[in-house]
Amino acid sequence: MSRIQVAAVSSALLLLLAGCSHSPRELKSEAQRQKAPNFTLKDADGNPVNLTDYRGKVVLVNFWATWCGPCEVEIPWFVEFEQKYRDQGFAVLGLSMDDDGWKAVRPYIASHKINYRVMIASEIVSQQFGDIDSLPTSFMLDRQGRIATNHVGLVDKRDYQNEILKLLEVPKTAAVRAVGAGPLAVLTGAGVRAGQRP
Amino acid sequence: MALALSPSLRAQAFAQGNVLNYTPPRKVVAKAGAAVDSALPLDLRSGYHVNSNMPSDDYLIPLRLTWNPGPLEAAGFTFPKPEMGKYSFSEKPLSVYTGEFQIVTHFKASANAEPGPKTLTGKLRYQACNSSMCLPPKTLDVSLQVEIVK
Repeated sequence: MSRIQVAAVSSALLLLLAGCSHSPRELKSEAQRQKAPNFTLKDADGNPVNLTDYRGKVVLVNFWATWCGPCEVEIPWFVEFEQKYRDQGFAVLGLSMDDDGWKAVRPYIASHKINYRVMIASEIVSQQFGDIDSLPTSFMLDRQGRIATNHVGLVDKRDYQNEILKLLEVPKTAAVRAVGAGPLAVLTGAGVRAGQRP
Repeated sequence: MALALSPSLRAQAFAQGNVLNYTPPRKVVAKAGAAVDSALPLDLRSGYHVNSNMPSDDYLIPLRLTWNPGPLEAAGFTFPKPEMGKYSFSEKPLSVYTGEFQIVTHFKASANAEPGPKTLTGKLRYQACNSSMCLPPKTLDVSLQVEIVK
């Protein structure tokens, strides 16, 4: 085999590997996680949504807007995740940054068949989450309401999926016990094993 | 009230400035009642695009230039021909502008405009994205120095 042929085969193999492999982002360690800012906003039905009510669940908080193309790519994924993992203690909360508010968002919810709760993000909430200035921006919260990771911009669907599955591995009862133990409580390997159910 | 995020996380995730900048347009000299054109040169940060004045979809925010009432009245605009950009997040090409471009405003000086130097102010509204994220719509204040002559 000539040197050129070897190089061509090597390049093809590298391209193939690049297409197949995926390096997911790691979740933050327990000690690195910060408590997510709480908020109370109204959903499309006018019902209040308080983030602390979701304690014990894995929550994906997604800042988005109807005019954001990359956000539109992610929405069907979130619809799927909500459907697939809801019963395991997972929820998506969509926070729209649309200046036109519900006038723009309600029709979008209907046309995109969004099955999770959507709210209009207030300026204060946006600031509390770090002055959201790029969309989509998402925060993955563990069952204790802490930010386990965040994503700015469009990322791989598998990243979300892997993170959700990892965070769901921590049983609800263990997470609730840790919350009850106080703000410095940290889950340790002693009490929690992957796949363990409450 | 819960704690806000740390400054380091903010900096990592959300540091974004204006991606579209404009060069102040050249001063225009206009006779009262006459027509005059003015170009507004724009420069968009590399890797970003803004929707054109006629975006591909209704939900996209168009590029808009408006001028406040003053000694000149905007009678029309000439936008450059948009690019049909293909992006991974969109199945169909998008009507966008990238890099350097300019918007020309076709003004008419009012017939009873008083001679002398004036400042015309306006607003440029745009919404920019790159291949993986979008920035909220922004409005820039623009101004034009005008000399009305007899």
